[in-house]
Amino acid sequence: MSVSRLAAALGGGLLCLWFQFPARAAEPSELEQVKRELAQLRQSYEARLQSLEKRIAELQQASAAPPAQPAIPAAAAPPAATSPDAANAAAPVATNAAAPIAAAPSTTSATAFNPAISLILAGRYANLSHDPDLYKLQGFVPTGGDVGPGSRGFGVGESELGISANIDPTFSGQLTASFAADNTLSVEEAWFQGAGLVEGGNLRVGRFLSGIGYLNERHAHTWDFIDAPLVYQAFFGGPIKTDGLQLRWVAPTERFFELGAEIGAGTSFPGSSGGRNGIGSTTLFAHLGDDIGESASWRVGVSLLAHRADDRRYDDVDSAGIPVTNSFSGRTRTWGVDGIYKWSPGGNAQQRNLIVQGEFFQRRESGTLSHDTLGAAGVTSRGDYRATQNGWYVQAAYQFMPRWRVGARYDRLDSGSPRIGQVESGALTAADFPILQSAQPSRTSLMFDFSPSEFSRFRLQLGADRSNPAATDHQVFLQYIMSLGAHGAHKF
Amino acid sequence: MTSLLKQLLLALAAVVVVPAQAALNVVACEPEWAALVKELGGDSVNVTSTTTALQDPHHIEARPSLIARMRNADLLVCTGMELEVGWLPLLIQQSGNPRLVAGSPANFEAGRFVAPLEVPTRVDRSEGDVHAAGNPHIHLDPRNVAKVATALAGRLAQVDAANAASYQQRLASFSARWSEAMRKWEQQAQPLRGMPVVAHHKNMTYLWSWLGVREVATLQPKPGVEPSGGYLATLKAQLAQQPAKAVVRGAYEDARASQWLSEQSGIPAVVLPFTVGGNDKAKDLFGLFDSSIELLLGAGAAK
Repeated sequence: MSVSRLAAALGGGLLCLWFQFPARAAEPSELEQVKRELAQLRQSYEARLQSLEKRIAELQQASAAPPAQPAIPAAAAPPAATSPDAANAAAPVATNAAAPIAAAPSTTSATAFNPAISLILAGRYANLSHDPDLYKLQGFVPTGGDVGPGSRGFGVGESELGISANIDPTFSGQLTASFAADNTLSVEEAWFQGAGLVEGGNLRVGRFLSGIGYLNERHAHTWDFIDAPLVYQAFFGGPIKTDGLQLRWVAPTERFFELGAEIGAGTSFPGSSGGRNGIGSTTLFAHLGDDIGESASWRVGVSLLAHRADDRRYDDVDSAGIPVTNSFSGRTRTWGVDGIYKWSPGGNAQQRNLIVQGEFFQRRESGTLSHDTLGAAGVTSRGDYRATQNGWYVQAAYQFMPRWRVGARYDRLDSGSPRIGQVESGALTAADFPILQSAQPSRTSLMFDFSPSEFSRFRLQLGADRSNPAATDHQVFLQYIMSLGAHGAHKF
Repeated sequence: MTSLLKQLLLALAAVVVVPAQAALNVVACEPEWAALVKELGGDSVNVTSTTTALQDPHHIEARPSLIARMRNADLLVCTGMELEVGWLPLLIQQSGNPRLVAGSPANFEAGRFVAPLEVPTRVDRSEGDVHAAGNPHIHLDPRNVAKVATALAGRLAQVDAANAASYQQRLASFSARWSEAMRKWEQQAQPLRGMPVVAHHKNMTYLWSWLGVREVATLQPKPGVEPSGGYLATLKAQLAQQPAKAVVRGAYEDARASQWLSEQSGIPAVVLPFTVGGNDKAKDLFGLFDSSIELLLGAGAAK
């Protein structure tokens, strides 16, 4: 995205707003004309109303006579349908033809304002060749989040309860609560948003899935694979959530162009809960997208993510095998690019469709690393720390006939070789930081899924996970995803 | 502000603002409403449809291009009745266009102006993808189109008051031509009364109800649930007892089920345009009904 294009979009948008007001002020002669037109309209409507009232009177007389004879022979009328002529004739009775035929609720009750409720039930069976409790992503500081293939055998996944409604004419709100298999409840999302506060703008406040990347904003049950790409697991511990506020703005251009910014507490990885005032994380993202003919569409994006880490701790062992706690303080910057391409014949995804997507992230961290910050093995040492790490994935999912899909994904991470002050000065050796030893974890996954309807899906996923350089974890997953209640949104 | 900067901004304004001001920007959710807007708006409107005749209006994704179109829309013309529930609310929200919020004048829902058929007495997903507000495929009854036209012309005049007179004139012209055409179609379609047919999905109900055609079965066992081989075999057995004259599907629907049934039972498969653009003859609303009736008469006359 070039700067000039951005400036053009912003300048154009502002001017658009500016020009709107003079354009809408009516001239006096125009006012006269509109008044005349209104008078004409009123006359024509009065004539219509009279004719309709006449029809009502006629129909009322007709319906007084026992069973009204439908215009179409009874045998020809579809059983479920009301007699069409009667239905059509009855329509204008409610009100005149230009007003909506909204059936007025006969009783008013508090339940009419109940929000939309949706529930996702998910569960799985996993067969893993390696003990998932020993799972680690070699070369990457543990995030404390959702990392690894999960437990062996049968398990219920996260059941997700979503409640949403409009709050008033300006705001709407949503809560997504997640019930985990270990009987814990967590708040996935809890936000309100105001749309159109500025033309093309959306403000969201609360806890929400950050707008970075492509997959991050999508709920896990809409993913094409059972688990998050390794780069999400290693960099954010699963999709990153922001506690704070988000502003997005869609440019008034023919091609989709969107800018977004978030500020938040930044207390989750790669940030840390430092107990400070102010802003802990800043996020910027931009999206550009369009169609290619009727059959294909695409979107590309860039994201930037800045966090402050204060005493971000992780557990490791030193060269003597003694468990120690290390701590990082400093700046952490992540940037990424993402792209998705969807194809279906004539834009009708019902029979066949193809989705290809990929994302790349790179993280740079610089600051101070404390080794054995609690003094468990003796002496606490401090030194400069610099690391550049990256990761990416590409995946494709193809629906080859209605309800059946097949997919493949390749994940790769590069931990790089961090520069650790204590190791460079010779005070400690690289063996004192086993987790930070360089590695290139990778994973290959294959997926088959079957969706009996839009609301249910069964999936088989096979994986070969080489996160641990010592051994490859062979994985087999079976998964179900069921969605109940309010109709889910078809997000691109 | 320097004069150079001023010129630059004015040039930008010309690029961004002029196309928006030239004509009312109307986004229709389905081709039939885009065609109706064209009839009523003429050159005063610039209308596009978010779906084509070859796409299923239930199953559309909130694509980036659609968000951009919503962003710049002055008027939205959709069916409502939950037909677009999977994608339209999301598009409106993501576009950040405050004019299009549900219930505002610029958000026109055609379904509110007609009497719905097949309003379920029980709303439960075990019944398939049912719509609580009734069957939303209202446009295949031309009497509904007439009602929607009247309401839509009023709405166009409300949103674009400067051209109000033109919309009313065009409505008068359209209504006259439409009544004339309806008389013609009803006469042509006399032989279709009572004709038994099998449809793919419950999306032709309004057409059957208008023409008196009898739908004896649907290929989908429940709305939105695609047929299995076993179900089709049952259907074949049923049709051996109670023959139908045609196996009808819309242009956007999967051909395989109706072709299989047609081959097995010897009942001709008929592809109706379903909406404007669904075949070469259905170039506008008049062509849509001309073609639909012609195709049904062709099937009815066979054998």
